Amino acid sequence: MSERIYFDNNATTRTDDRVAEAMAPFLTEKYGNPNSLHEFGTEARRPLSEALDRLYAGIDAADEDTIIINGCATEGNNTVLKSAWISQILNGSKKQIIISKVEHHSVSHTAEFLTAQGVEIIELPVNRCGVADADALKELIDPDKTALVSVVWANSETGLINPIRRLCETAHENGVLFHTDAVQAVGKLPVSVREVPVDYLTFTAHKFHGPKGVGGLYLKNGAPFVPLLHGGDQMGGLRSGTVNTAGAVGMGLALELAVAALPYENTVVRGLRDAFEDEVLKIDGTFVVGDRSLRTPNTSFISFKGIEGEAMLWDLNREGLAASTGSACASESLEANPLFEAMNLNKDLSHTGIRFSLSRMSTEEEVVRAVEIVGRAVKRLRSISTDTNA
Amino acid sequence: MGKKDLIGGSLWDQYSRQVVERMNHPRYRGELTQADAEKAGGKLIVADWGAESCGDTVRLYWIVDEKTDKILDARFKSFGCGTAIASSDVMAQMCIGKTVDEAVKITNLDVEFALRDEPTKPAVPPQKMHCSVMAYDVIKKAASVYSGKSIGDYDEEEIVCECARVSLSTIKEVIRLNDLKTVEEITEYTKAGAFCKSCIRPGGHEKRKYYLEDILRETRKEMDAEKEAAAEPAFDTLTLIQKLKRIETVLDEEVRPILSRDGGGVELEDIKEENGELNLYIGYRGACRGCAAGQSGTMLMIQQKLRERLDSKISVYSL
Repeated sequence: MSERIYFDNNATTRTDDRVAEAMAPFLTEKYGNPNSLHEFGTEARRPLSEALDRLYAGIDAADEDTIIINGCATEGNNTVLKSAWISQILNGSKKQIIISKVEHHSVSHTAEFLTAQGVEIIELPVNRCGVADADALKELIDPDKTALVSVVWANSETGLINPIRRLCETAHENGVLFHTDAVQAVGKLPVSVREVPVDYLTFTAHKFHGPKGVGGLYLKNGAPFVPLLHGGDQMGGLRSGTVNTAGAVGMGLALELAVAALPYENTVVRGLRDAFEDEVLKIDGTFVVGDRSLRTPNTSFISFKGIEGEAMLWDLNREGLAASTGSACASESLEANPLFEAMNLNKDLSHTGIRFSLSRMSTEEEVVRAVEIVGRAVKRLRSISTDTNA
Repeated sequence: MGKKDLIGGSLWDQYSRQVVERMNHPRYRGELTQADAEKAGGKLIVADWGAESCGDTVRLYWIVDEKTDKILDARFKSFGCGTAIASSDVMAQMCIGKTVDEAVKITNLDVEFALRDEPTKPAVPPQKMHCSVMAYDVIKKAASVYSGKSIGDYDEEEIVCECARVSLSTIKEVIRLNDLKTVEEITEYTKAGAFCKSCIRPGGHEKRKYYLEDILRETRKEMDAEKEAAAEPAFDTLTLIQKLKRIETVLDEEVRPILSRDGGGVELEDIKEENGELNLYIGYRGACRGCAAGQSGTMLMIQQKLRERLDSKISVYSL
């Protein structure tokens, strides 16, 4: 059997060997707690400080700003939304939080939780191109009521990039704080918090060839913040809990490597993705969601008419190709995808989408084989399908 | 919650070997044509069920011997996930050799059972049970195409949970018999709501006619009303003393507060039962004494309140 192909990099990535190597000493001989006074502790401090330097450089943050090292982007997103609730809404000064309709569950489910606590959650729709629109935000935002606007930088399903700078400006023009979940942007697109002056930004290492279990939360200098975790006052009291030294070192290096590889991502990875997409779209009854120029360079969300998403994944997996589905066949909910709805896509297609997400570790040989595997799967499943027009 | 729920089973790992085998190599996939039907000496039946926008469709082909109603051959096509394809495949196989009337008795539970590797181990994880429901629905559709009867004629009773095939009457019965107070308890007793969870409340995997939350609330309401009715026996079955107490209660709650606003009051002076009629004799107090309305408006108001609350056979007279 030939090598498996991993085209599910928006879910998680392989840790770069150099990153794993850099982390290893902090799991073995240099295992000290960086907050300890003895040498075991102090010898972990410099690498941690270097990791922070790399994180600050990676997103172009000023030294007076803060990057909290935490557990994951889910923690970061929860912290930002709950902090806005506690610091601005519970005390009665504001009432609502605006989130986009295409957020990850770590934002949308947190918003649901906050709704139950009495917070008014307003949903910012996406336009026909599938991206959130600054003009629509202008209509929804209310300087007297809105505590926070939170819009994902790039959608994980489709790779569609939101106009974060304009959205952020719109929030700021109304005196409202702005947060972006940037997990699919950091390491795939240039991200500068100086050029796009967001107040809060979340990212996580395992989306850019770093380890799982460690993430970052950027806070602009002066942005109101209430910690989620209290305890030993690590991270300047903003996020208590023994610092994950190995994870932080790994995330720092992984971000540095990813940012250095951005030109490669934007040319070679984009080229591989485009070549894959072009070949797959030659199959009848296929289409891709979202204009290429509006997407992250590694992602294709492709619909195969007449083929249910999970059945497709099954066939791809049998031949060693890993992808994922936005279809909810196995989930408890079959709500129409808000993105598909906004883009006026036929709702029959909402169960036929497969997300292929490449990375800088993907190869041309993999693309060629993946195209063949997709072709065989489509042929077999269409022979079973009720959709004879497919 | 507990250890086994923390990571959650991998969906595909929970499929039986039979589900995997039939997904990979469905034996009854494909079509039957008019030519096939003529060759076999039967009638071709084609039935569709489901909608692509809901994530599942299935088409069932039968060749039926019109003399014996026996299904001579069956095939299927499916737009669905692995379990939908495997369920349709085993369903088509199960139809062959049965009469149409026998085939409509095949339920999704039979289909799921046939896909098991071991009799006690489910063939699919709970959230996939609804995929086998399609396979069952399409049989009824095919039967209605064949017989010309409406599809509703094949529904013996109102099913609330399709996955576990639990009827409305069963659910109401367990709520009543076991005094159930939560949906979780209903699920524990009947398995309704344990699988795709669509029937618990609106907004789930698919739209349902009945939801467990509503059935529970309505049934509890009925039970409460019955209990209240049982606790308070009908007025005309009471003893005279009991009647007197109930009359006093109504006077306290509905009459005296009104009269006292004008500085008046009323007392029950006498009570007589004659031929099923109950005559009350009242005496006014305070400002009501000598008030003209005491013989007309006020008296009628008191009589009306008592009739509404207690018994239409009550008449009120002022002394």
